[in-house]
Amino acid sequence: MGNGTELGRVRGLGSAKSGVHHWWMQRVTAVANVALLLWFVISLVRLPGLDHASVLLWLRQPVAAVPMLLLIVSVFWHLRLGFQVFIEDYVHDEGAKLLALLALNFYALAGAAAGSFAVLKIALGA
Amino acid sequence: MAANRPIARPISPHLSVFKWRFTMAVSIIHRATGTALAFGGGVLFLWWLLAAASGPDAYATFYTVARGPIGILVGVGLSWVFFQHLLSGLRHLYMDTGAGYGLAEARSSAVAVFAGAVLLTVLLWVAILSTKGL
Repeated sequence: MGNGTELGRVRGLGSAKSGVHHWWMQRVTAVANVALLLWFVISLVRLPGLDHASVLLWLRQPVAAVPMLLLIVSVFWHLRLGFQVFIEDYVHDEGAKLLALLALNFYALAGAAAGSFAVLKIALGA
Repeated sequence: MAANRPIARPISPHLSVFKWRFTMAVSIIHRATGTALAFGGGVLFLWWLLAAASGPDAYATFYTVARGPIGILVGVGLSWVFFQHLLSGLRHLYMDTGAGYGLAEARSSAVAVFAGAVLLTVLLWVAILSTKGL
């Protein structure tokens, strides 16, 4: 590999052709998670109760529904990036690695879709 | 040349011959807690949200389990896992700036992560018990 050409070094994309994008988005979502999850935990503690009515009343407000949607995107994005590294480090069989990465992507996207749908249904629905 | 090589020294490090350190423990536990949050935390979070969106019956099922002994146990465990991952993640972000790699400083920040996670877990459950009861 060496240091590559001058142009290659400037672009900084390496052999995977994606540079530090994965590493950077892991940090971006980490910082977002700190803010959003602290808001989430504090909000739940401050709710009068965690019964169905209290949760619906809370999530129907835009000030709760919008951060919840952001939280879902950030958390499922972050866990997808994080567990991808885990798989790449510990699953050495190429076939198993491919299947694990596929399953992880499906889980992350399906989870984010299901969570977002639930929030939207509560916030917008009857 | 080969004859000069010392014989009895370990030449290939292996997990089982490392002495446990706070710094390695915090790193390993960061991965373990991340995995637990990604799947355990993620699935329980989705169960809660989907139950709330599905209606009173589905929510009642979740609520009964969550307030039962197993639910409380999982809740306490998961909140410690969350705080541990949060604090070791903040330590990672700090070290991403190139700071905190001195042996003494890296060790004390690792110890602080363990102590802080337990402290925050206790504080959270004191807050939950004092505002919500059991």
